[in-house]
Amino acid sequence: MRNAGAVVVVVVLLAAIVGPWLAPFDPSAQELALRLEGPGRLHWFGLDELGRDILSRVLSGARVSLLVGLVVVSVSASIGAVLGSLGGYYGGIVDEAVGRLIDILLAFPGLLLAIALVAVLGPSLTNVVLALSSIGWVGYARVVRAQVLQAREFEYVAAARAIGAATPRILVRHILPAALPALTVQVTLGIGGAILSEAALSFLGLGVQPPTPSWGAMLNYGRAHILDAPHLTVFPGLAIAVVVLGLNLVGDRLRDKLGRPGESA
Amino acid sequence: MLPYLARRLLLTIPVLLGVATLVFALIHFIPGDPARAILGEVASEADIAQLRQQLGLDRPLAAQYIAFLGGLARADLGTSLRTGTPVAGQILERLPATFELAVAAIVVALTLALPLGIAAAVWRGTFVDHAAMIVSLAGVSMPNFWLGPLLAIVFGVELGWFPVAGRGGLEHLVLPAVSLGAALAAVLARMTRATVAEQLLEPYVLAARARGISRARAVLRHALRNSLIPIVTLAGLQIGAVLTGAVITETIFAWPGIGRLLVQSIGFRDYPMVQGCILLIAITYVGVNIVVDLVYGVLDPRIRYR
Repeated sequence: MRNAGAVVVVVVLLAAIVGPWLAPFDPSAQELALRLEGPGRLHWFGLDELGRDILSRVLSGARVSLLVGLVVVSVSASIGAVLGSLGGYYGGIVDEAVGRLIDILLAFPGLLLAIALVAVLGPSLTNVVLALSSIGWVGYARVVRAQVLQAREFEYVAAARAIGAATPRILVRHILPAALPALTVQVTLGIGGAILSEAALSFLGLGVQPPTPSWGAMLNYGRAHILDAPHLTVFPGLAIAVVVLGLNLVGDRLRDKLGRPGESA
Repeated sequence: MLPYLARRLLLTIPVLLGVATLVFALIHFIPGDPARAILGEVASEADIAQLRQQLGLDRPLAAQYIAFLGGLARADLGTSLRTGTPVAGQILERLPATFELAVAAIVVALTLALPLGIAAAVWRGTFVDHAAMIVSLAGVSMPNFWLGPLLAIVFGVELGWFPVAGRGGLEHLVLPAVSLGAALAAVLARMTRATVAEQLLEPYVLAARARGISRARAVLRHALRNSLIPIVTLAGLQIGAVLTGAVITETIFAWPGIGRLLVQSIGFRDYPMVQGCILLIAITYVGVNIVVDLVYGVLDPRIRYR
């Protein structure tokens, strides 16, 4: 039970990697005569509005969701780590500039700015990643800044400075490692957040475009058939909930072991 | 408190200016010519030139920016490309619906979260605690764009208890409010459990119990009251999630609020309307955060505003 989250995450990772080989059908293959057919012996999750096998599409969708989650978090965490550590280490005008930018971006609730950005840039997987990364770095920058503010006062950092170590070396070798535990927790929870955000954008028709399978987009198309084919809605949503639950469980466990992001600030 | 409020409002000005600048810049993020992107490839040059003039895109960037800020100062958010009517008017028309939904979602969240969190804290480590936390973790992980349709299938379609679309009486509000409030309830229940459990170990609670005050009274009148600050803080921080969630919930349940207006406007490439909706939601969020700050003082008289 304690490792339930890790088990879920590993299973989903495996599904994303070997899913295309495991999928019983081609996720794009259409059987129009059987469209909207419910779950059965041959098609465990049923068929969608174009007669495509939902189980195969859910398995393929895992790849898209995890890819978006990992790329968005990698880009966001990198930008956040650089800006947060520069602001925290140098203080003064650099910190002010980073702080004001964070304040402005935080004034946009949640996904709203991402919705606006994808709306003007046009719906596509690349633009989803761009939009989510351009707002996602804020959380990482805050965590890293708080950790760096604390770490820069440590004696070993003063010692490194005294023996003439260059600032980039001090930041990378001595200060950032202190922020890693908090950053790890944030990254784990961030992947789940990015997966949910991608699914939300795709649900609104602003994310991954057909025929690429995406859990959010599948839910969006399922809306039109909520009365006659609820299975179109049930299975992709279940996939999202299970993955995010797994990541949240892992994040919670890590937080208990490594400490809450930013709590020492 | 008044000097604090004045300073807090002053500090908000640069943030609001930044928000307005970013919203202004949005239309300039459109790849290529925004007017052509809005009207499509088949539009005539004359139509494109007219739209450029209407949007002010034919003027220098600085002039456009100053005109945009001037418009904001007069509460003029421009004209909708779809309906030809003022953006501000349409948003104001939709505002009560979104407000109603957000308040209902918060009421639902608190109604679910406080008993769940308190029960988990009081019976910490027992089956009640584990069950409450599993329910809340499931709530956090369940996206509202899935929960909404599920609620509609079960309670709207199968059982026929509640309508699944539109705004009307209280019965129309139930499914959208539960769908929007569930995730917030889950987050608040976890926070309530953590803070109430912490307070229950404090000496003043033990002293109250020693004086013969009942357990329920010690929890509700003493521990819960002192737990309210982090709960209110978190609820305030989550208003952003509620407002964003409203965009999705309003779309699912055809709720005629600002969120649905935003999604419809994106579909019609009505960018002045998109800008107006985004700006209003962001300003509301900033305003709510100030109110949350001020509520602390009411909840905890020890807090002095400087």
